[in-house]
Amino acid sequence: MNDTLNLLIGLAMGLNLLALGTSRLPVLIRTVAVQGVLLGLLPLVLEVHALDWRLVLITLATVAGKGFLIPYMLTRAMRAANIARELEPFIGYIPSLLLGAGGTIAAVALTRYLPLLPEHTGNLHVPGAMALILTGFILLIGRTKAISQVCGYLILENGIYLAGLLLISSTPILVEFGILLDVTVGVFVIGIIVDRIQRAFDSLDTRKLTALHE
Amino acid sequence: MPIYIDIVLRLLLWLLLAPLLPGVINKVKAWVAGRQGPPVLQLYFDLARLWRKGVVLSTLASPGFIIAPAVAWTAVVTAALLLPLAGTGAAFSFDGDVLLLVYLLALARFCTAWGAMETGSAFEGMGAAREVSFAVLAEIGIITAVLTLVVQSGSIALSSMFEPLSGPGAALLAVGLFIILLAENCRVPFDDPNTHLELTMIHEVMVLDHSGPPLAMILHGAAVKLMLFAVFLAQAVLPLSELPLLISVAALAGSVLLITVAVGLVESLTARLAFKRVPLLLTIGFLFCLFPLILTWMGES
Amino acid sequence: MNAYLLIIIPLAGAVLAALWPHKGTRPLLLPAVGLTHTLLCLLLLVKPPVVDPAAWLAFDPLARAILPGVSLLFLICAWYAVGYLRLKEQDNRVFVPALLLVLGLLSAGHQARHLGILWIATEAVTLACVPLIHFSGTPRSFEATWKYLLVGGTGIALSLLGSICLGYASLHGGGSGDITFTALLAHGPDLSRAWVLTAWVLLLVGYGTKMGLAPMHTWKPDAYGESPGIVGALLAGGVTSVAFMALLRVKSVIHAAGVGAVADRTLLAIGLFSTLIAALFLLRTRDFKRMLAYSSVEHMGILCIASSLGAPGVWAALFHVWSNGLTKGALFLSAGNLQRAADSSSIDEVRGMSKVLPRSSLLLVTGMFAITACPPFGPFFSELLIVRTGLAAGQGWAMGLFLVCLLLAFFGLSRIVFAVVDGSPRRKKTNTSPFRESAGLILPPIFLLAASLWLGLFTPDLLKSAWSAAVLQLFPTP
Repeated sequence: MNDTLNLLIGLAMGLNLLALGTSRLPVLIRTVAVQGVLLGLLPLVLEVHALDWRLVLITLATVAGKGFLIPYMLTRAMRAANIARELEPFIGYIPSLLLGAGGTIAAVALTRYLPLLPEHTGNLHVPGAMALILTGFILLIGRTKAISQVCGYLILENGIYLAGLLLISSTPILVEFGILLDVTVGVFVIGIIVDRIQRAFDSLDTRKLTALHE
Repeated sequence: MPIYIDIVLRLLLWLLLAPLLPGVINKVKAWVAGRQGPPVLQLYFDLARLWRKGVVLSTLASPGFIIAPAVAWTAVVTAALLLPLAGTGAAFSFDGDVLLLVYLLALARFCTAWGAMETGSAFEGMGAAREVSFAVLAEIGIITAVLTLVVQSGSIALSSMFEPLSGPGAALLAVGLFIILLAENCRVPFDDPNTHLELTMIHEVMVLDHSGPPLAMILHGAAVKLMLFAVFLAQAVLPLSELPLLISVAALAGSVLLITVAVGLVESLTARLAFKRVPLLLTIGFLFCLFPLILTWMGES
Repeated sequence: MNAYLLIIIPLAGAVLAALWPHKGTRPLLLPAVGLTHTLLCLLLLVKPPVVDPAAWLAFDPLARAILPGVSLLFLICAWYAVGYLRLKEQDNRVFVPALLLVLGLLSAGHQARHLGILWIATEAVTLACVPLIHFSGTPRSFEATWKYLLVGGTGIALSLLGSICLGYASLHGGGSGDITFTALLAHGPDLSRAWVLTAWVLLLVGYGTKMGLAPMHTWKPDAYGESPGIVGALLAGGVTSVAFMALLRVKSVIHAAGVGAVADRTLLAIGLFSTLIAALFLLRTRDFKRMLAYSSVEHMGILCIASSLGAPGVWAALFHVWSNGLTKGALFLSAGNLQRAADSSSIDEVRGMSKVLPRSSLLLVTGMFAITACPPFGPFFSELLIVRTGLAAGQGWAMGLFLVCLLLAFFGLSRIVFAVVDGSPRRKKTNTSPFRESAGLILPPIFLLAASLWLGLFTPDLLKSAWSAAVLQLFPTP
């Protein structure tokens, strides 16, 4: 179980780096989708000995939402805005890659000093969550196109979801569903706003959103 | 068997088998393109032909122009002798020989660059600058991969360094070392060996002015270097030390062949990267080598 | 059951409004639902229900102390909305349901006794406010909405992480990882210290972003500046109170875990920082809607300062939630009138409004005096109580800094309000019909100011006992 867990989370962490290094938006969106699917499968792995229909349901909903519905909405927004590439971001590709890698290493190193329950030590669960959150922040802060920032937000949410899985045995299903619903609706709303911004400013370059200031 | 016979046999193995690899690559590329392609033994015929030819020397060049290919070839072959071959051990083995290997490869590159700049032509200088700048980034990758193996096995002698890594670590290291292999051996997507436009050459432009036997040494040295990296990659990733001797040698041969075919496929199917994107791919290769290091570190504690 | 009704009625109203075919009569649903909601809240205020400790949603003493005020604010704003939406030619098919949705979700958030439900409600409120903020449809409003979404979304994500850390603290301490406040309080001393502190920092940053504390306040001037007056009033009075209540609930858990001193110190620091930043920006802003946003930041800082002063401080903070909410509501509504008439909110373009809209200008001036703690309005009494509590708790320097910031804020606010109100109005090509101050647009702010006045002068004993009961819930051991 630990090995499958490490494999899935390790792949997700690898996808982090792909997200940080790519400049093409379709690749970024697909990366986030695959990461969502990988993490969505984790409840089945973690609770493999206590499977029940609710767990399967939440897994299916997460995979469907993060893997298909949300990327579909983002792709639609991207097509409507007719962009496919990121411009030179604030934090360049190589610095973001190195920051992300450095953060991942730091996460692995720091986890040793956190007080963890015995079943969570020695695997990639907590470092993975920290690495995903850091990657999400780097993308959120460092990119200029609105859709890239949204992808950063989604990776941040993935990291928090991974952290939330630490409590999987005690979190009620309703709460899980509520959180998933909120994230999905959030992306839907963001998609609408992105569309409106595109129509109003004729660009999704957030550096153009500077009219409001003191 | 006596040590000198062992060394001679290994030397012959490396020298004679190395030219096969570029032949295999070209054959794969031809098949993918739907052609017959040159015979697999083509490089042997090329080397023999070049050996019989005379040398065209520039009047500006110093004796360094002739010495450089010789020193480079010697360095590469010595480095190859340091590599163990799947349980049969290496020709020379001592603690820290991996550092000597890295430095010998660097020496070879230095000599090639020196030889290139001897002619005083602008293209060669440009190629040398590009090659060396990419090599710096590739070196980080190799050092990290070596560090991973050192931490995993606990020894810094090449003959005992190739302990098997855990599954994901081996996969990551394989990809990382493959990217480094492509970079160091000037293959697509870093450099196109078939280009005839000097402005787009990196490695080719450095050997543009050589002819005759020195050119033969350069081509042969490149083949040995490719085989060196392939053998290194195969042994770093596959758990060859756990298999019985004959099977491990056969597995090594098979995997070197597989790596060569993979290089050929990558050359056929991908396009060459724009220069400013090469550092990005090399950083990615470095990171692919870095993560097995973290995994082994984590596994240690 | 009644607690759930408070949530279901507005949500049902939202669905009804979304399906309602007539644009003209749709806004009437707002005061209808609002009145029902407020009456129900008052009923529960007078006769508090018995709270099941294990319930996830319940009208517990803390909700009883705050929710009726939010409900009253919504009712008055709903009354204003009828007159306001009549003037707007845009379709209100999304605006009215969104407002009702916000009311329902605010009720859920206030009554949430489970960290997860609290988070879901707060995030949903964030999303429900989005169509409200860009109602005017200008590019500037989309820019404001984008910043609101991104900063607010990140903050909310961090508060979810904080909630998870708190749950893990319980799990690590041998508990079940149950994140209802009852369970967390019961396990108080067992909670793992490191995780509790991490959780506190994350939750403070997360819910502090929602409240608009500095330095996470950057979305506030843009969002409040570009959204309609009603939305500003609700955001400043209702949404911030949910976030503040979340902080109060979490703080009680931190106290139970034994690291309450750290929480108090951080709250005091961030509160003072917010008031200072707000005061400094008030001195330089040139827009009267953004001025209100900075005033909101300042008052959130005041709430934090108050809640760091122990039980009497929290009592004063609850008093201030009411007085701030009501007064801010009046300010936002009258400022909305002025902006609508002058078609701008910058003091470079708006002048002499006392001649154009005499009643709204008078309300703005009165509201400004009220919010800067001029007696006999509510904020004066609540802020006076906070200062006295602070001095009694030995925080002399902090109170001194606090008073200086209040003074600077007064300079900033009065500067802008008088610049807008005095002088002679600019000549504009009036091809649009002049803005008439109908009763529906003037009476609501008057009512809110009167409520604030009444709260200050004759604070009802019912409210006082409600606040005391809430404080008792938060600090169970004296």
